[in-house]
Amino acid sequence: MILGLKKKIRQMSNTERRQLFLGLLFASPWILGFLGWTVYPMVSSIYFSFTRYDLLRPPVFIGFQNYREIFFSDPRIGTVVKNTLFYVFLSVPLSTLTALLVASLLNTRIIGRPFFRAIFFFPAIVPITVVAMMWGYLLNPQYGAINALLKPLNMPIIPFLSKPELAKPTLIMINMWASGYAMVLFLASLQDVPRELYEAAIVDGAGPIAKFWYITVPMISPVVLFNLVTGFIWAFQDFSLPWLLTGGGPNQATEFYALHLFRNAFRFLRMGKASAMAWLMFLVIVGFTFILFRTSARWVYYGSGDQKK
Amino acid sequence: MTSDALNARQIHLVAPKNNGKKITPQQVLGEVLKYLLLIILSVTYLLPLYWMAISGLKTESQVFRIPPVWWPDPARWVNYIEAWQVDNFNLYLFNTVVRYAIPFVFGVLISNTLVAYSFGRLRWPGRDALFAVCLTTLMIPAQVTMVPLFIIFKWLGWVNSYKPLIIPAYFANAYWIFMLRQFFRTIPDELSDAARIDGADEFQTLWHIILPLVKPALAVVGLFSFMDAWNNYMGPLIYINQSNLYPLSLGLASLSASLSQVGIKGLAYPYLMAVSTLVTLPIIIIFFFTQRTFIEGIALTGLKG
Repeated sequence: MILGLKKKIRQMSNTERRQLFLGLLFASPWILGFLGWTVYPMVSSIYFSFTRYDLLRPPVFIGFQNYREIFFSDPRIGTVVKNTLFYVFLSVPLSTLTALLVASLLNTRIIGRPFFRAIFFFPAIVPITVVAMMWGYLLNPQYGAINALLKPLNMPIIPFLSKPELAKPTLIMINMWASGYAMVLFLASLQDVPRELYEAAIVDGAGPIAKFWYITVPMISPVVLFNLVTGFIWAFQDFSLPWLLTGGGPNQATEFYALHLFRNAFRFLRMGKASAMAWLMFLVIVGFTFILFRTSARWVYYGSGDQKK
Repeated sequence: MTSDALNARQIHLVAPKNNGKKITPQQVLGEVLKYLLLIILSVTYLLPLYWMAISGLKTESQVFRIPPVWWPDPARWVNYIEAWQVDNFNLYLFNTVVRYAIPFVFGVLISNTLVAYSFGRLRWPGRDALFAVCLTTLMIPAQVTMVPLFIIFKWLGWVNSYKPLIIPAYFANAYWIFMLRQFFRTIPDELSDAARIDGADEFQTLWHIILPLVKPALAVVGLFSFMDAWNNYMGPLIYINQSNLYPLSLGLASLSASLSQVGIKGLAYPYLMAVSTLVTLPIIIIFFFTQRTFIEGIALTGLKG
């Protein structure tokens, strides 16, 4: 392959060779970074995943033992995987839906759109440590504002973060509150939908629901896909909020894959097992993204060309 | 805009009158409901932040009052000063801005400008293939490289410094490259061709022709990366474990831990909320003044994603 490349370069004209040189020169920061901070770590991570390594002594090759442990003998892994799937598959669709509904509301004819848009976006950029502190206090069963608001309604005290069944839904609710990035993307694409399409639909007698379903949804489907893909990739590796807010508890209800991995790496110094976990996670993400893109041909509409559905 | 589109718009505006209909009660009700919904939602979204800010002003007795105090009177403003001094937050602020954010933003801007210029405005064999590889790196979870990078940085003796968080920023990153490239491609090719004909080399073209035109884009990237540094928790958690090097995020988390050790007593919550508010304040100010740039910048990352 390298010989082939050499040959190709030799066949190039001087201008082409100059262009190649310049292109590579300007792209060199990324190329070097890609090799140094991505390719090399990933490759060495495969190697580490087959070793026992605690940073103090040199790594010892142990074959598939880490993988065997993850699949068969880690007592927590079942709970961890269940937690993660529950979290990912509820949090991402619900946050995306929230974002779409808020964006649709903002896309109607309203006074002060930039003002409301700013309000609904802002939670997305509040520092994550602050988000954790703030919600931790708000949801506190004794002194928190939310339970205090419920009290006059004769509602029982809700232990949002201290009851295992409620902890995950509570985290999901916070994610819905902070789904401003997706909302802004939806709003931008909603505003790009050509008005004529709606005019035509009205002439054809379409009501609001028909307009939304037959015009809006297809026209913004690329953004739906984008938000789902980025949302899933992000949710699988979400770490900071559960780590700060619940620390994996109560009773391991929020011990997600990323937390379990972090604990193995930096609390138990089990670098080998953590590497194996990371690779499995990567494969799941790649597989999942692949499936989303494959099915997207059926439901994403890319403007030009014939409509697939 | 084509005349068709204009006509469509006019028809849309005129249509209700042509039908001779007056505004119906249903329409009025719809409008009222819409604004009511908007206001309820806005209050819900802002309530947590309001609660945080006013909780920072409470006196000891107000903290424990039930029903809770929504408007602390008298307000204890001095909480904000005392809380900041409970721990060395001036130092954490210095660490966050000077040791971390400034060199980080600088690296992000330099490296990504160069690379985005190559991918967006230069023509060379293999460019598109390499750019595709670049985009797929967005799929790689941080966890995959986290462990080996930690091993590398430990070996380099960079643990307990900001180098592991800063140096990689000087080697560009797919997210920023993609964003800047989107901006770069909006500039007509004729401009850089003209510069080249006048004998400018690529660095001169980039510096004198392109950069002045993409200043807003650089502002967006600068802003976003600054906030990334300001908000980052996991990176410092891995690499910084000396408290004199903490950034604000770790400082706040450790304040929370130390206050809860004392127990939920006295001014613990007001202090915690006061510092949380102060840490959020710069973000609010930045966002308030740059809202437009900000939101347009995000909208651009999703286009034809």
